[in-house]
Amino acid sequence: MSEVLLSVENLEAWYGDAKVLHGLSFQLKQGEVLALIGSNGAGKSTLLKCICGLLQKKTGRVSFKNEVITSFVANDIVAKGIALVPEGRKLFPSLSVEENLILGGNVGRKGPWSLSAIYNLFPILKEKRNAPSTSLSGGQQQMVAIGRGLMSNPDLILLDELSLGLAPIVIKDIYDMLPKIIGNGLTAILVEQDVTRALASSQQFLCIQEGRISLGGAPKAFTKDQISAAYFGM
Amino acid sequence: MIWVNIIIQGILVGGLYALFAAGLSLIFGVMRLVNIAHGDFIVAAAFLAWVVVQATGLNPLFSLIVVVPLAMAFGYALQKWILNRTLGKDILPPLLVTFGLSIILQNGLLAVFTADSRKLNAGVVETASFPLLPDVAIGYLPLLQFIVAVAVIWGLQYLFYNTALGRAFRATSDDSETALLMGLDQRKVYAWAMALCMGVVAIAGVFLGVRSNFDPFMGPGRLIFGFEAVIIGGLGNLWGTLIGGVILGVSQAIGAQINPGWQVLAGHLVFLLVLAIRPKGLFPRIEG
Ligand SMILES: Nc1ncnc2c1ncn2[C@@H]1O[C@H](COP(=O)(O)OP(=O)(O)O)[C@@H](O)[C@H]1O
Ligand SMILES: [Mg+2]
Repeated sequence: MSEVLLSVENLEAWYGDAKVLHGLSFQLKQGEVLALIGSNGAGKSTLLKCICGLLQKKTGRVSFKNEVITSFVANDIVAKGIALVPEGRKLFPSLSVEENLILGGNVGRKGPWSLSAIYNLFPILKEKRNAPSTSLSGGQQQMVAIGRGLMSNPDLILLDELSLGLAPIVIKDIYDMLPKIIGNGLTAILVEQDVTRALASSQQFLCIQEGRISLGGAPKAFTKDQISAAYFGM
Repeated sequence: MIWVNIIIQGILVGGLYALFAAGLSLIFGVMRLVNIAHGDFIVAAAFLAWVVVQATGLNPLFSLIVVVPLAMAFGYALQKWILNRTLGKDILPPLLVTFGLSIILQNGLLAVFTADSRKLNAGVVETASFPLLPDVAIGYLPLLQFIVAVAVIWGLQYLFYNTALGRAFRATSDDSETALLMGLDQRKVYAWAMALCMGVVAIAGVFLGVRSNFDPFMGPGRLIFGFEAVIIGGLGNLWGTLIGGVILGVSQAIGAQINPGWQVLAGHLVFLLVLAIRPKGLFPRIEG
């Protein structure tokens, strides 16, 4: 019934001469949340960079809404409806909170998200709208980064390690918001170090190990031991 | 009273130096590019205005209506087709290419216009003045030049902090990769920045040509004054650039009063002094 939104076929990617992804293939259906797990350096962020066009040195095929976008550049891909919330947040330090959010909507795609919708979701950001983005706490900065991603009204949002460097209580707050963030039938790929949390928030998962898919499917279909074996490569 | 006069004249000349410097400051701020040919572009703009004035009979100050858009279009194209190709991790290629452009411009201007010096004639406004205090008269032209400099700096500052283009400049300067994720193509953003820079260069060129004689080899000297104003004021701060220009203008005026040969030297000395005491300039940008 639901359509394939994103399809990745035999994706290989390099940094210079170092090959980092070794032929990944998977599909993501409209409205699904895919958890991407794997240890540090497995290639999760690299995969997201390939999908959103930040990494050009790659082969294989990435299609989005039945269009092949493998060779598209990042600034065109965001206009097609893929937003990345990057690892480490990457807010613009010279811009205020509100300016960061406005810039997220720069491509002018229509949809449910606007400044006021973001401020409804994260009221604290409205209070701090004129503050320099770097003056906020880590959790608030992550809210800005998420809001900035949503502002482009994407059909697919890529969330890279939302919990990076945050206190457990703040992580819990952010994950409690997740259903609201990816409500409206938004499709998402969620990269997360905390496997239990990742699997609890998703319908599908992929485990990546040294640039290859070591396991994938519905979380319920596997035991904890199977998943941790795929994760650690044992 | 003679010193009051000297200082006021120095301040007004400082406006011209700030105009020389504003474009340099803008380009360095947005893309960390140091344009060695900046002074030559100012001189080229003066020649362009001269051509427009010859062809149309316009007052040079009104020729800006034609010269500014032409210069902006040129700046956009220059960045898009030449300078963007030089930008990257290595800082040497843009320096070499703009150095090359400087030589090409000087020799190109020499070939077309000869080494004769020329002047833009703006009419009575050049010599008219009004008395401010006894013994202190303010010339309309220097005053206009200063007001235009303040207006240009204010305009750039406004654009930087209150418009979508300014947001794009700041975001791209912060992190061009993340800016791509916002749909901002840095090559286009840089082209707009260079267009703006050349618009200011055109204004600076016309005021240069109205104030004094110019010839094809005047560029490097204007570049030095621009550099000094930027560094004295502090990198990445446009109001600082205006103050830097004023400090340079006043230093030169005082130096010239002590000994006519010391005009430029006095400016260099104050520049060195500021560098020695505050290496980041007087008003560096506060980093977040
Ligand atoms: N910019 C880069 N240049 C070179 N190598 C990189 C770069 N980014 C990541 N890598 C390498 O690519 C591999 C995968 O990294 P990454 O995708 O960031 O892993 P993950 O997000 O799963 O922790 C690692 O071996 C890492 O060292
Ligand atoms: Mg990562």
